[in-house]
Amino acid sequence: MAEDCCAPSGNIMLLACSGGSNVGQLANQAAVELTREGFGRLYCLAGIGGHLAGFVQSARDVPELILIDGCEIGCGKAVFDHLELPIKGYLVVTDLGIEKNKDFQLKREEIDRVKSAVRSALPQEKPAPS
Amino acid sequence: MEIKVLGPGCPKCQQTEKIVKEAVVESGIQANVEKVTNLLEIAQYGVFGTPAVVVDGQVKSVGKIPSKEEVLHWIKK
Repeated sequence: MAEDCCAPSGNIMLLACSGGSNVGQLANQAAVELTREGFGRLYCLAGIGGHLAGFVQSARDVPELILIDGCEIGCGKAVFDHLELPIKGYLVVTDLGIEKNKDFQLKREEIDRVKSAVRSALPQEKPAPS
Repeated sequence: MEIKVLGPGCPKCQQTEKIVKEAVVESGIQANVEKVTNLLEIAQYGVFGTPAVVVDGQVKSVGKIPSKEEVLHWIKK
């Protein structure tokens, strides 16, 4: 078995709102595409919200995590607050200047804007020791 | 007590199993330690990564090697 068969510690957990609006679906689509591109791995916010032990403990133990909420209602953040889980990286899609609506024909430019923001959402890495 | 160490078999998983077994011996508690390598069975726990440790059905640790002190804390509760 390869030495790195376990999840590498640098793997970023991506959690997306996935709610019933364009911004919820933009959050999800960005997380899906970033996972395909190798930036992090989409994980189940619903499992955490359902208080399923494996999901909650995973969110607690993962070193790097980005939570993407669609709008300022902040359902994902509320899940984390309820479980007293640390939010390591966080962004809200409407904060990127994208208006919330019910149009599910997602725009490429908006998906890319969310992806770019997600890539910048983690706290800055510590400089390498000299 | 039932303890499961989830992991396909890399050095981190093996180290976790070793620590868990040492903690069980040190505690004197009667416990069955099982290594779970089947990926489908691991997936049923919903963990983001391995190694993971499950004590009596409760996921205690995910994606890291726990310390012996942590394991002792879990099994003495």
